[in-house]
Amino acid sequence: MSWVGKSALRKEGEKKLRGIAKYIDDISFEGMIYGTTVRSSTPRGILKKIEFLPGVNWDEFIKVTAQDIPGHNYVALIEKDQPFLAQEKINHPEEPVLLLAHANKHLLEKARKLVKLHVEPLPPVFNIEDSLSQKALVWGKNNIFKSYSIDRGDVETAFKKAFVIVEGTYETGAQEQLYIEPNGVLAIANPQEGVTVWGSMQCPYYVHKALLPLFDLPPDKVRVVQAETGGGFGGKEEYPSVICGHAALLAWKSGRPVKIIYDRMEDMVATTKRHPSKTKIKIGFDKSNKLIAMDIDFSIDGGAYATLSSVVLSRGTLHASGPYFCPNIKIRSRAVATNCPPHGAFRGFGAPQSIFALEKHLDLCAKKLNLDPAILRKSNLIKTGETLGCGQVIKEKVRISEVVERALQLSSYHKKRKLFLKHNSKGPLKKGIGLSVFMHGAGFTGSGETFLASIAAIRANEAGKLEVLTSNTEIGQGTNTIFSQMTADALKLDLKDIEVVQPDTSKVPNSGPTVASRTCMVVGKLVEQAAQDLKQKLISAQLLKEKYTRSEFLVACKRYRKEIGELKGISQYKAPPHVVWDEQKYQGDAYGAYAWAAYVAETTTDLRTFETVVDNFWAVQEVGKVINPTLARGQIIGGVAQGIGYALYEDVVWHEGKMVNNKMSNYIMPTTLDTPDIDVLFLELPYAFGGGGSKGIGELPLDGPAPAILNAMDFALDLELTQIPTTPERLMEKIERKTP
Amino acid sequence: MKKITLTVNGKKISVQAHPFARLLDVIREGLELTGTKEGCGEGECGACSVLLDGELVNSCLVPVLQANGKAILTVEGLSKKSLCPLQKSFMKCGGAQCGICTPGMLIASQALKKKKKRLSPKDIREGLAGNLCRCTGYSQIIESIQKSGGRT
Repeated sequence: MSWVGKSALRKEGEKKLRGIAKYIDDISFEGMIYGTTVRSSTPRGILKKIEFLPGVNWDEFIKVTAQDIPGHNYVALIEKDQPFLAQEKINHPEEPVLLLAHANKHLLEKARKLVKLHVEPLPPVFNIEDSLSQKALVWGKNNIFKSYSIDRGDVETAFKKAFVIVEGTYETGAQEQLYIEPNGVLAIANPQEGVTVWGSMQCPYYVHKALLPLFDLPPDKVRVVQAETGGGFGGKEEYPSVICGHAALLAWKSGRPVKIIYDRMEDMVATTKRHPSKTKIKIGFDKSNKLIAMDIDFSIDGGAYATLSSVVLSRGTLHASGPYFCPNIKIRSRAVATNCPPHGAFRGFGAPQSIFALEKHLDLCAKKLNLDPAILRKSNLIKTGETLGCGQVIKEKVRISEVVERALQLSSYHKKRKLFLKHNSKGPLKKGIGLSVFMHGAGFTGSGETFLASIAAIRANEAGKLEVLTSNTEIGQGTNTIFSQMTADALKLDLKDIEVVQPDTSKVPNSGPTVASRTCMVVGKLVEQAAQDLKQKLISAQLLKEKYTRSEFLVACKRYRKEIGELKGISQYKAPPHVVWDEQKYQGDAYGAYAWAAYVAETTTDLRTFETVVDNFWAVQEVGKVINPTLARGQIIGGVAQGIGYALYEDVVWHEGKMVNNKMSNYIMPTTLDTPDIDVLFLELPYAFGGGGSKGIGELPLDGPAPAILNAMDFALDLELTQIPTTPERLMEKIERKTP
Repeated sequence: MKKITLTVNGKKISVQAHPFARLLDVIREGLELTGTKEGCGEGECGACSVLLDGELVNSCLVPVLQANGKAILTVEGLSKKSLCPLQKSFMKCGGAQCGICTPGMLIASQALKKKKKRLSPKDIREGLAGNLCRCTGYSQIIESIQKSGGRT
């Protein structure tokens, strides 16, 4: 009996369906008070004075400024540039300056509005161009957080030999993660016991790392516990460190438990979003339509502080040349500083931006070459033994051609293109069908996993169950369920014998963050190895034979605990032998494994309203072994829906570095009426180094929808769209400019 | 403050509340029924959906005075010992992921099923248009309702 491959029911499903799962705002402590954040509204300047206007009794309020910080005032992540509370310099309009706490939420909100910050303004920059031209110097020596170069072959010579050269520029907007549960945390902190925080988060050990220097405490004096988390999508990767720090500072000063829950408007205006991007691409083809040269220039807007921008940029850069073979590739990329709140992790992490540009550009190339876009792609797909831009030789078997074929068949792509051409010759409704082909590397980029050196453990507990101990969080994607399936299979047990421990840094080892599509593939493998380690301990102690029944195993665990003591299996990450990365040269095996996909979108655009609806969508992908078909399908459909929003609806409107449509009623995410039934097909090719044979799938489905949808619209309208989101307003402008 | 009487999940309850307090806050803080969630506070996301005398409402937009003397159904009232058919179907079809929109989705689905016996996917899509879910892309929620049988 094998659990992997079956749609085991969601482990914590019943609690969620009964409404008894405890999310952070469902938890309260005796004597708890509430915290709030006073933010600068100036995008850049020098803080001169904090003034408390009359209207409340200020003596009742706990106030925390940068001066109250017991340790160091930086949010530990990669660089040390971002303060928890601004001391003097203001770098974006939502910069936290002062924290307030009070037992009465309503008085707290009144007080927040009665704080006047006196800021002497400095010149800001708000976009990639102004940052690159150094209209004002706002970060470091040149406004650049990080840059990368990839050079493969000789692009200049190849362009000289090219039969056709096509150039284009593409832009993507910011996107809000819009988890339905806003950020929130609860903290207890004092010099005697240290700091404990509970919160909605993806990465408890990131928070742990950030709280240590803030309070100057040793690791065992800081405890971070994940509460049930109502969605993350990257939006609860790095920002919870900031909120946890704030709540803990207020708790430290007040001596009382402090809860901070952002309301939707604060969550949208102040926390991270997907990096806006701009990509210039130049591609050369030979006479047989083969790619011979690619020159890609990729820039992302990182906002005011470095946060994760360097790694987002890296993933975007490494995915920029797609699943194609091209002997000559030049990529230049950079993440720049602006005076917007820092942009951060969002499902796909840089890849949706650069993939959008390439997959849009290939349709333009096909148009110039007078070729069907699917045929152009098919003749350039990478094969086993060929080399990617970063120098990674594809060693594994690749089924991408088959993936593309299946997507074309399922969607009747070729037939519909003919049909729609005819249909579109009259009437206001224009139908289109478009393709995107892409791959997504799972796990941390390059040597990232080796540096993380994640640890997972399995423990036999007092209740006769096997506990999975990792810091990887259940945020809706199914961590609890798939870890249980893998452990049950590794030990030949039943699902009910397995418990997944809620991440708590005082109980679980650091198995790394819940990001980068790594939980199932990378940490799942560690969980399986820890299970093997535990089994070996039983065998070595001669309490278990190589062949055993479930009850023999459970009895052996009981005996081990009684006769020998604590029974725990442990494993630590070691890079698979085929993965070699040179960080210095930025070359080598960028990812241990890639998932491969081809997505087709069918659209209708109404030329009376300029509205576009996605009528049908096909998502075909090869993702290694599928661990749980129902959960995996849910990941793909959910990701595609976010991709539809990214392409058509989700428009962050900026004014001087501030999001001005920070409400669910004017930032439009897809509803049941904006999403089609999404057809999902998995092809399987088990990956030996992935948990249960899996490859990562979490981020993959956000890479493909936007270019497929815009390619469909271009086909329908004979346009060359280059920017997302393509809202009706933008489309109208584009069409009216074309037809005077 | 005013005395407000409500019948919540079949049980008669009296609470002292400001007449303009949000029904959502009275349910969550006054009655400690935290299954009902707040997602946006402006009636857009539907995470706070409850039935008020059988009508689907966003409890973040209802002043508690308006609910005085009325019956309220929250997610906690959907089932007793074992899950109701709708909950079971959500479990089986993958209708819940992170779970934060789930209480509201279940309540909205319940309201929809009471209105019409045979629901087409289009009926369901229209009926749930006021409930946002960021995880599922909705397909598995719609399947959950379709496969939940005639009664809840």
